[in-house]
Amino acid sequence: MTTHETATTHEGPAAQPVGLGMPALPAPDYPADVRARLDADAKELIGRYPVARSALLPLLHLVQSEEGWVSPTGIRFCAEQLGLTTAEVTAVATFYTMYRRRPAGKYHVGVCTNTLCAVLGGDQIFAELKEHLGIENNETTEDGAVSIEHIECNAACDYAPVMTVNWEFFDNQTPESAKRLVDDLRAGHTVLPTRGAALCTFRETSRILAGFPDERPGALDASGAGGAPSLAGLRLARGETLPGGGAARVVSPRHQDGADAAPGGPSQGAPSAHDAPAETAASDPHRTGDAAGPAEPEGGEDR
Amino acid sequence: MTADSLVGEAGPEKLLTPVLSATWDDHRPWTLDTYRRHDGYQGLAAALRMQPDEVIALVKDAGLRGRGGAGFPTGMKWQFIPQGDGKPHYLVVNADESEPGTCKDMPLLFANPHSLIEGMVIASYAIRCSHAFVYLRGEVVPVLRRLQAAVAEAYEAGLLGRDIQGSGFDLDITVHAGAGAYICGEETALLDSLEGRRGQPRLRPPFPAIAGLYACPTVVNNVESIASVPAILHRGKEWFRSLGSEKSPGFTLYSLSGHVTNPGQYEAPLGVTLRQLLEMSGGVREGHRLKFWTPGGSSTPMFTDQHLDVPLDYEGVGAAGSMLGTKALQVFDETTCVVRAVTRWTEFYAHESCGKCTPCREGTYWLVQLMRRIEAGEGVQADLDKLLDIADNIFGKSFCALGDGAASPITSSLQYFREEYEQHIAQRGCPFDPAASTVWAGRQPAVNGNAARRPAQEKGVLA
Repeated sequence: MTTHETATTHEGPAAQPVGLGMPALPAPDYPADVRARLDADAKELIGRYPVARSALLPLLHLVQSEEGWVSPTGIRFCAEQLGLTTAEVTAVATFYTMYRRRPAGKYHVGVCTNTLCAVLGGDQIFAELKEHLGIENNETTEDGAVSIEHIECNAACDYAPVMTVNWEFFDNQTPESAKRLVDDLRAGHTVLPTRGAALCTFRETSRILAGFPDERPGALDASGAGGAPSLAGLRLARGETLPGGGAARVVSPRHQDGADAAPGGPSQGAPSAHDAPAETAASDPHRTGDAAGPAEPEGGEDR
Repeated sequence: MTADSLVGEAGPEKLLTPVLSATWDDHRPWTLDTYRRHDGYQGLAAALRMQPDEVIALVKDAGLRGRGGAGFPTGMKWQFIPQGDGKPHYLVVNADESEPGTCKDMPLLFANPHSLIEGMVIASYAIRCSHAFVYLRGEVVPVLRRLQAAVAEAYEAGLLGRDIQGSGFDLDITVHAGAGAYICGEETALLDSLEGRRGQPRLRPPFPAIAGLYACPTVVNNVESIASVPAILHRGKEWFRSLGSEKSPGFTLYSLSGHVTNPGQYEAPLGVTLRQLLEMSGGVREGHRLKFWTPGGSSTPMFTDQHLDVPLDYEGVGAAGSMLGTKALQVFDETTCVVRAVTRWTEFYAHESCGKCTPCREGTYWLVQLMRRIEAGEGVQADLDKLLDIADNIFGKSFCALGDGAASPITSSLQYFREEYEQHIAQRGCPFDPAASTVWAGRQPAVNGNAARRPAQEKGVLA
């Protein structure tokens, strides 16, 4: 924790130029109304465990949903809820990468650069994204909209190269789709992931992570059962032919990407076109309408 | 061999056995309604007609082994829980799927979360547990959403809570989101994390079966292991044993990724080979050859094109010098620099080392330094032996398996590709073009809103 960060959260005498690089203690409490609301949430979370301390990770997600990061105030709140010292809570909060130790963007953009995604293009995506945004790893754009981070394997290797925004999946990305994605986020467009629900803010996501379900209509059903990779084996077992397999077309789905091309951005407020915003998987026989638009990268060519 | 030959001998519909994935193309498969239309919760009904010990015996006799990497017999794990000890018992499902390459549990939970919940009720009934937990990695909010909803649905339907289906058995499930730490996939680190601490592994013994969560007897099982249980209860152990091999019975999810025509989930009996999976699915991406692959994530020693016919079961992969692990088949073609790949994995292990034990904490740090300088063309010949020496000082000498995992890519890549390391040293640089290994390599620039296809499509070959 640097002096600079301390100064952003502690106003008044404690932020005077001491220069030891330590946060001023004790951290201020939340305003009374916020505190009352969070107390009720905390009570519910703690009640889900036989031993109160088990609720510490959810509580840290909860304070992150309040401020967008784990502030000294949030640490103090967790400590008071569980009868721990702030040092004990800080020791836990700093161990886990999802807890932010400084304020950051409304949209947390992750690019997988673990080996498989990196080799398939994640390295290039991340490099071009940094250049495009003019920020480095773990930095935030000046408008506060987007933070970027290179992330480790996110268990979606069959959709590589993979990105995440607020921990929703953006599969099969390219440098172009990635840049369009962050542009849309900064422009305030509605953005739909390939797997997951329409994006909410980082704080709202943190509340889901704390253990309070997403109540938005349609959020649960958005994006169906998964994309073509999730269903690949099942289709073969049903006697269907995959693209490029057997005597069928020899076109790799990887090389067919209408999403790459659409020139110009989507209109204001419209779903952006860089991803596959199908309401359900293309394979879903009950799928209605064509919410996917022209941009679905994997679903269309399977038959 | 090309893709057409093997499919002609035994079609994919004969080689593949969708069980967990069988419903994924149905309407809203994540809902209780759809799950029930496919015999959902029939396994639980069968279990509740049996005594708990009979359920344990059945799962043990079926031969189900852990799908999270180690392959320990699931029924035996359950049997280790001391009964009549007066302590609470806990079931903790490890859904912290983070091993590089591993991507089976997340699609499973996204599309079919009730298979896990049903399995958890059965397992909890068997080990006499009344509070079970799912520790889900945090970075997968779409999966968390479905899991939370499925648990709520199960409560509403009387499949969780008090007196489940009139059996007198009570069970609560708490869904717990992690916060970004690979080490929490290690079962004792997971338990520490679930207790609200830093996720660091515990010294064993005592094992979790004796002193696990809150120092009480605890079973920690992988998602896929538990999700496989309902089918065993419903269809019987003979059916389960009719799949796979004698020592590795049953079906499992193989996750194909990387330089392949059709990456994805392929559910097959244990013992299928990579050659079979590639040939039925369209092979390595067109115009390229297999170079190296992992059988079960980056922690498992890598294989090459010599290993295409290794049966992908616990014994087969073990006999060939690796581990089945999580069946994460990451395929890399000849455009991939093995030094780059291993450097990145090594950076991952150094980043994720929890810092508790010295061999792993210090060893992974130094492995990264050496790998980076070799990749950058600044290495010297002696670095190769130094890498092996450090790897040897990590492997088997660390607190938990993370250290072993960090050593495996180093030793196996040096075993098969030492020349490539030497080439980096001799040429003072990397001979590979990273652009060639991207998925968009060779694509024509976009014209009129459509990426042009490559004019000549050459079918990918295996070796």
